Amino acid sequence: MKSNTTRAVRIITGNQAAALAAKNAKVRVVAAYPITPATPVVEELSKMVETGEMKAHFILVESEHSAMAACIGASAAGSRTFTATSSHGLAYMHELLHYATNARTPVVMAVANRAIGPGWNIWADLSDSISQRDTGWMQFYCSDNQEIYDTIIMAYRIAEHRDVLLPAMVCYDGFVLSHTAMPIEITDVNDFIDEYHPVWRLDFDEPSTHGNILPPDYFMELRREVCEAHERALKVMKEVEREFYEYSGRLTPLILEEYRLEDADVAMVTMGAISSEAKIAVDELRKRGVKAGLLRLKAFRPFPKQEVVEKLGSVEKVYVFDRSVSPGFDGQLFSELKAVLWDLRSPPEVYGRIVGLGGRDVTSRVFEKAVLGELDKKWVMEVIY
Amino acid sequence: MMTGFGTPTTAQQAGQASNQDKLRELVKLPTTWCPGCGNGIILGAFLRACLKLVDNKELEMKNIVVVSGIGCSGRVTQFLKFSSVHSTHGRAIPLATGIKLANPELKVVVMMGDGDAFAIGGNHFIHAARRNIDLTAIIFNNSLYGMTGGQLSPTTQEGEKTPSSPFGNVERPFNISELAITAGATYVARWTTFHVKQLQKSIEDALSHRGFAVVEVITGCPTRTKKKPSELLKMQKNIRPLRVLKKVEDQEVEEFVSKYYRLVRELGKTGRR
Repeated sequence: MKSNTTRAVRIITGNQAAALAAKNAKVRVVAAYPITPATPVVEELSKMVETGEMKAHFILVESEHSAMAACIGASAAGSRTFTATSSHGLAYMHELLHYATNARTPVVMAVANRAIGPGWNIWADLSDSISQRDTGWMQFYCSDNQEIYDTIIMAYRIAEHRDVLLPAMVCYDGFVLSHTAMPIEITDVNDFIDEYHPVWRLDFDEPSTHGNILPPDYFMELRREVCEAHERALKVMKEVEREFYEYSGRLTPLILEEYRLEDADVAMVTMGAISSEAKIAVDELRKRGVKAGLLRLKAFRPFPKQEVVEKLGSVEKVYVFDRSVSPGFDGQLFSELKAVLWDLRSPPEVYGRIVGLGGRDVTSRVFEKAVLGELDKKWVMEVIY
Repeated sequence: MMTGFGTPTTAQQAGQASNQDKLRELVKLPTTWCPGCGNGIILGAFLRACLKLVDNKELEMKNIVVVSGIGCSGRVTQFLKFSSVHSTHGRAIPLATGIKLANPELKVVVMMGDGDAFAIGGNHFIHAARRNIDLTAIIFNNSLYGMTGGQLSPTTQEGEKTPSSPFGNVERPFNISELAITAGATYVARWTTFHVKQLQKSIEDALSHRGFAVVEVITGCPTRTKKKPSELLKMQKNIRPLRVLKKVEDQEVEEFVSKYYRLVRELGKTGRR
């Protein structure tokens, strides 16, 4: 830990943490459109830009589609860019999300996870960002506000790394984290993250054209490069995670977090805010003699295949909890986990449970009951208080 | 209905009561709009306009479909007890276009906010006006995004302070009615929630009009502007111009859906389809 680093504890919401992180990460262009529950991020940034506290340009646009387009443009011009959105806003950006990946613009975006309508619902549900899984963005799922702050800052270091050059989404459950205040440590990251030095940018002294037609003889090369960048990103993530730990003294996981997993017979696998409840369930289950443990995935893309196999290789049973569903199949995390564990010689039994869609409460008892075999169906419908 | 200052007759009272009952059958109260919100006034004017046309046998309740977008105005379809669709942000007009083209017998009404219709859905608005498709667009113009916290919208006045423009808006606003006129709408009127009678009359005219009819209603948001509803109404009282700004007779510009179906029929006759 660097001794000269200033730090202050503030009680702030997830959205405020995201805005502060963008400010401290020296973001120079913000383009956004309001949507519940991500709006306060934009408001906070707008205020900081107007008061001069944050040296950035703030572009108010007429839709999320334009917001992402403006971010890509600004990033290509050589600025560090940021935006925040949620649910339908993210879905509306879809076309441009692919563009940001293939153009290799390292935009970082905060996503306050919310259900997708109709059946209009503004509450927590990971369906919005998980359905953007194949856009080529890196995805991180946070479980508390400290993580939101730390991850956004680290995300820039990863995204802008010469070996990566990929955009990144930092996702956190709407309302559960976005609107809940928690004490978090605001570390001054001046020495951790420098002003943006783009690996490539639109250079007006040496004009070139970008985003042109790519015939069949080259397109596969472009896509393979994106996929290889994802593989390299895992290595960079480990480096940045360690470097941030040395800098701030906080070990904020970027890939995965394990809790009492060393000697566990039963492992629960989660993502996002519900993981905190799962930790309580692990303690409770252990009191009752069940050797339970938790594996929380922080990175969903790139998916840490090797790391997951190492952690779950010796357990007997795995319960995967998805706060999203792929209609016509299963929870997405569940299907990906099964695919990864298939490589093992004797894979554990894997069960999938769909929980908490559209903001339905997920308490520690849901996890306990699932592991104890009291919830034997795929859909955990009951509301347990 | 009362003609003089005398007490109403039993028949008048009965007439009043039944009209009230008819209104109650159309709407689920209370709404979730904030106290002092102007949206309820617009909804009331719309429902009374519908009832009047139904009474005059110009319209049937079962033929009315209301399509709304997202935002406070989008909530309107939750309170209606007849056919309605709550679509996505900005996409109310395309959805309504689909309904109208599939079943031209229907009277399709689109209710949108200013952010919904002129920011994220701005493109659809001008193209619907250009086509002159038979839709009735009622714009709830409160000059901000009420639902997400009062951020500036494309109709926020220059210099106005909002959460996303804490030191005043630097952008120029749209004049909705002028935009509608220029884009080709064939009926355009502008009123406020202060001018309820005129608003109701314009909605009746707009519903009877064949073509793209736009009724811009300036409404106040006491919650986000932190102003008293009475203050907002006083401000609305002095807004100018307020009137029917454009009305093109039905025969002068042909409406899109009838033109389209005529073409289909002609092609059918000649065997080209």
